[in-house]
Amino acid sequence: MKTPKGLYYAETHEWVKVEDGFGYVGISDYAQHSLGEVVYVELPEENDHVTKDTEFGAVESVKAASDLMAPVSGVVVAINDDLEDSPELINEDPYENWMIKVELEDPSEIERLMNAEEYSAFCEE
Amino acid sequence: MSYYDTLIFDLSTHARKGYTLPKRTFKRQALPTHLLREDCPGLPEVSEVEVVRHYTNVSMKNFGIETGMYPLGSCTMKYNPKINQDLANLPSFSALHPYQPTRTVQGMLKLLDDLQSYLSEISGLARYTLNSYAGAHGELIGLMIMKRYFESRGEHHRVNIIVPDAAHGTNPASAVVAGFKVIEVPSEKDGSVSVEVLKGVVDENLAGIMLTNPNTLGMFEKDILNVAELIHDHGGLLYYDGANLNPILGKVRPGDMGFDIMHINLHKTFSTPHGGGGPGSGPVGVAEHLVPFLPKPLIKKVDNTYHIERDNETTLGQISHFYGNVGVAMKAYTYILSNGKEHLPEVAKFAVLNANYVKESLKDLFELPVEGVCKHEFVFNGLKDKSTGVTTLDVAKRLLDFGVHPPTIYFPLLYKEALMIEPVETESKQTLDRFIEVMRVIAKEAKETPEVVKGAPHNTIVKRLDEALAARQPVVKYTDIPK
Repeated sequence: MKTPKGLYYAETHEWVKVEDGFGYVGISDYAQHSLGEVVYVELPEENDHVTKDTEFGAVESVKAASDLMAPVSGVVVAINDDLEDSPELINEDPYENWMIKVELEDPSEIERLMNAEEYSAFCEE
Repeated sequence: MSYYDTLIFDLSTHARKGYTLPKRTFKRQALPTHLLREDCPGLPEVSEVEVVRHYTNVSMKNFGIETGMYPLGSCTMKYNPKINQDLANLPSFSALHPYQPTRTVQGMLKLLDDLQSYLSEISGLARYTLNSYAGAHGELIGLMIMKRYFESRGEHHRVNIIVPDAAHGTNPASAVVAGFKVIEVPSEKDGSVSVEVLKGVVDENLAGIMLTNPNTLGMFEKDILNVAELIHDHGGLLYYDGANLNPILGKVRPGDMGFDIMHINLHKTFSTPHGGGGPGSGPVGVAEHLVPFLPKPLIKKVDNTYHIERDNETTLGQISHFYGNVGVAMKAYTYILSNGKEHLPEVAKFAVLNANYVKESLKDLFELPVEGVCKHEFVFNGLKDKSTGVTTLDVAKRLLDFGVHPPTIYFPLLYKEALMIEPVETESKQTLDRFIEVMRVIAKEAKETPEVVKGAPHNTIVKRLDEALAARQPVVKYTDIPK
């Protein structure tokens, strides 16, 4: 299971990559593996506001539909359109294929997330 | 069996007829031209034998309860006795029209009224409406009744419905559609709800709780009386999802457990064809204080005559055409009477016995997360030995090769490899033994020749399907199939 360093992870298996005050959000390798083949990704619209620990979308696999929980709060400045037609990208590379780009409202939220090491340990529990 | 994928439209030959109409004895009436079609409706033109062969071939593609064992958890796929069908087919009932004057349909109204009172007696609730079409529809109606009840008391702030995480997916969906907010609570190891956890979420905004009992793992909620007390003390109502009524039939009554509203899946517990075999019916029952909110029309008996009550001030309004799926109600009525008060509890007894027999006979090879006596169903968390990578999906597909319908898989979401088995009371010991034998063979194959299980099914007309591709690029129109 891949858990790249430098990203921040939530207990609900989303990751955030911070760049210039923006956060790219996706789901972890562990999450895509547990879900199985992803068949649909539902994302918010640009300019929507997402709030930490609340639902911002959903992923559907052949097994189940799961809510996506925002690991950070802020306005969505971009969404990854490719996922609409090619949801399988999530399985192919869950870290390359981010879902939403958020303008971080409260950078301290990041500190409450796990680092790669902590997240790996969390998944093993 | 060869592959049959012909549509009846493919069989059509221009001007072929399978019928002759009697000579016209009335005068031709000219319709206004703007009402006339411009071209033919494109109906298939086929002979009787073509129709019969076509549908016989199509029916052979299907797997039903009349083909083999169907241990689909949470669905109660019991055999549907033919006497049900016989009664529902009687022309004195089946030829009725819902717009007939009530004095000409007294027999039918009596039947429906009697069925309501049987359901009341069975469940311990004051009164039923038969008007809802299916279980999920019943849930929605039940919650709308709840909503109306709180509105009538001016308690508009009561919007929270508690739903355990192991609940049937329809529960939270119905609550949201009815305008409530869902508060999900984690369930205990055995799928039950904890009074302590509930204490943390009940407040002045509580509207109610939705539960099945026995729960999704087939275990009886032992704390149900304490749960009911807690919810009622906080001004809330209890909703009972009747999907799991079969194992308590004639033994315990939801009304006595403290539930205020429930729906019954007539098509499950009371043996009418469902799951692609026929329509459902989800009568909703309520306790005395909620009767005024039941949807219309209601049947009312006054001085030995049955009337149809269409209006009262508090009713929810009309939620279906006429009285719901009356044909299904008639089959359930027949089932209840043909078993009788004395024998209905045996349904529960054998449903529970069969489930426990299968569970105990397989738990050495399949992982059983919750030990102990279950009710009508139980959940394995896949194979005990997962070293060869054979999943629950593979086991389910392999069962098809042995002529057994797979159990419910990947539900509830409490376990990664959930395999939910409900054998029901109508299967004989021989059939259960064969199922056990087949499951044991598959577990052995999973260890010794895992590729056989992973590649299953091998003996069916259609082999393993690419479910992800089907979901990503669905072809839902015949004309869109690539030739």
